[in-house]
Amino acid sequence: MLPDGLKEHPAAAALEAWDSTALTGGSVDLGETLLWVEKDRIVDVCRKLKEEFSFVRLSGVSVIDRYPSEPRFEVLYLLHSIERNERLKLKVALGGEQPEVESVCGVWRGADWYEREAFDLFGVRFLNHPDLRRIMMPDDWQGHPLRRDFPTHGHKYTYQSE
Amino acid sequence: MSEIDLKTTAATLEAESAAPAGTTRRMTLNMGPQHPSTHGVLRIILDLDGETILSARPDIGFLHTGIEKQAEALTYQQVVTLTDRMDYLSNLANNLAYCLSVEKLLQLEIPERAQWIRVMLTEISRINSHLVWLGTHCLDLGAMSMFFYCFREREDILRIFEYFSGQRLMTSYIRVGGLSVEPPRGWEKVVGNFISQLPSKIDEYEGLLTENPIFLKRAKQVGYLPVERLLELGVTGPMIRAAGVKWDIRKTEPYSSYEKFDFNVPVQQDGDVFARFRVRMDEMRESIKIVNQCLAGMPGGPIRAEAPKVVLPDREKMKTQMEALIYHFKIVTEGFRVPAGEAYVPVESPRGEIGFYVVSDGTSKPARVFMRTPSYGNLQALSELFHGKLISDSIATLGSMDFVLGDVDR
Repeated sequence: MLPDGLKEHPAAAALEAWDSTALTGGSVDLGETLLWVEKDRIVDVCRKLKEEFSFVRLSGVSVIDRYPSEPRFEVLYLLHSIERNERLKLKVALGGEQPEVESVCGVWRGADWYEREAFDLFGVRFLNHPDLRRIMMPDDWQGHPLRRDFPTHGHKYTYQSE
Repeated sequence: MSEIDLKTTAATLEAESAAPAGTTRRMTLNMGPQHPSTHGVLRIILDLDGETILSARPDIGFLHTGIEKQAEALTYQQVVTLTDRMDYLSNLANNLAYCLSVEKLLQLEIPERAQWIRVMLTEISRINSHLVWLGTHCLDLGAMSMFFYCFREREDILRIFEYFSGQRLMTSYIRVGGLSVEPPRGWEKVVGNFISQLPSKIDEYEGLLTENPIFLKRAKQVGYLPVERLLELGVTGPMIRAAGVKWDIRKTEPYSSYEKFDFNVPVQQDGDVFARFRVRMDEMRESIKIVNQCLAGMPGGPIRAEAPKVVLPDREKMKTQMEALIYHFKIVTEGFRVPAGEAYVPVESPRGEIGFYVVSDGTSKPARVFMRTPSYGNLQALSELFHGKLISDSIATLGSMDFVLGDVDR
């Protein structure tokens, strides 16, 4: 499933050899390596990358909304290995109906707030997250503001204190 | 823990819970959002057992202004002004990180002179940011005079920024494709004067603090967390270097010709408040070294890239060439188009790794800008840094983390 440019990439090749169904694709664009991961395998892939390829840091987790095309959401993971001075991007594609993916909090504790932010602003649910609540918007906010179909101006709301 | 230990602990707990009503020692304390030492609008809910913090729950989002949403409604060049308003103490590093990402998508080659001026100004803004941190941190710890000293120097830096860009805080001086305007005449003298008198002042500040017994008692062995936990929680910048990790993006992934400069990466091993203080003081000295190298070897040449479709033309060209006038009209009314793609360029800001994940769909407005800000990652460590520590140490720990709430909430 991997393109030719990635067959030499050590982490990508090892993941492909470990389980050929875990990766659904990949690319090297502008010098940045991107791997598409099967939705159900993201935690296993992350754990393997952390333990065997020293990706000890998770720089961030975010979501890209491709509205109106489907699959609508792309969950983005920015990985970094200090030891090998290497960066890697992982992506998981999610449909717009019920966007859900397993949380990687168990792999990197630092994913906590990034996933909460993604949940708050995009409405992507992270399963088995220890504390999935809104983080930026008020608790009684309706909707998810960073979605492409959420208006930039003119949204009406009433604010109630906690 | 052995079985006997467990039994004694259980017995103690039982004895405590059996205390008569009204004498329980557990207390929930609300700190902030308008607490002076949170340096912004941060609320922390503390569960206390006497003086010990059992748990700390940070509550953020009070300054959330939807910058990422706004960025999708503006053209690429206009977004630069938004980046100023995130981390308002090191706005030039934000400008630089954003511009590098967009320039990577455009595959623009930036002239050397522009790169060097970018380096010089981001290093001056690093000194600025560390001075504000030093002043306010010492103010939290009860040393009032440091605040006045640091803000005296900061005033000089803001004057330099004003001299270059016409603005003191929200400079927007670094733009996609180069710099906004040519540096003013005589800037070498202004920067040189300031930078030549700075080392003696930093020595003076260190003299006031490094052997000050009150400061040492409040800073040493306070706010410690093992380096593995810090990495796990996504902490970057001086905080991780104070815990012994020699990792600086300026060295490992050089951008904007940092590879041409000679400087060291200060590292400390202790990982406490004092180590963070030492790292930041040394970083200011390294920044002075870089600025001096910029002054000595500043190359000549243009300050904007050779890209007529992206960079506004000279006024002179506009009056004489039809193409220049057309490009000017196109860039001003519609903005420039960026080829579809995604780019992320990490930059070492005074607080740690800042990077903008810019997604382009081929139009003149970004489809998505994810802002990976250092303060957000660093603040996540707060709960663990506070856990089980004394409430009197919490202010020193909080100050040593050096976050900007505008950068956290965006």
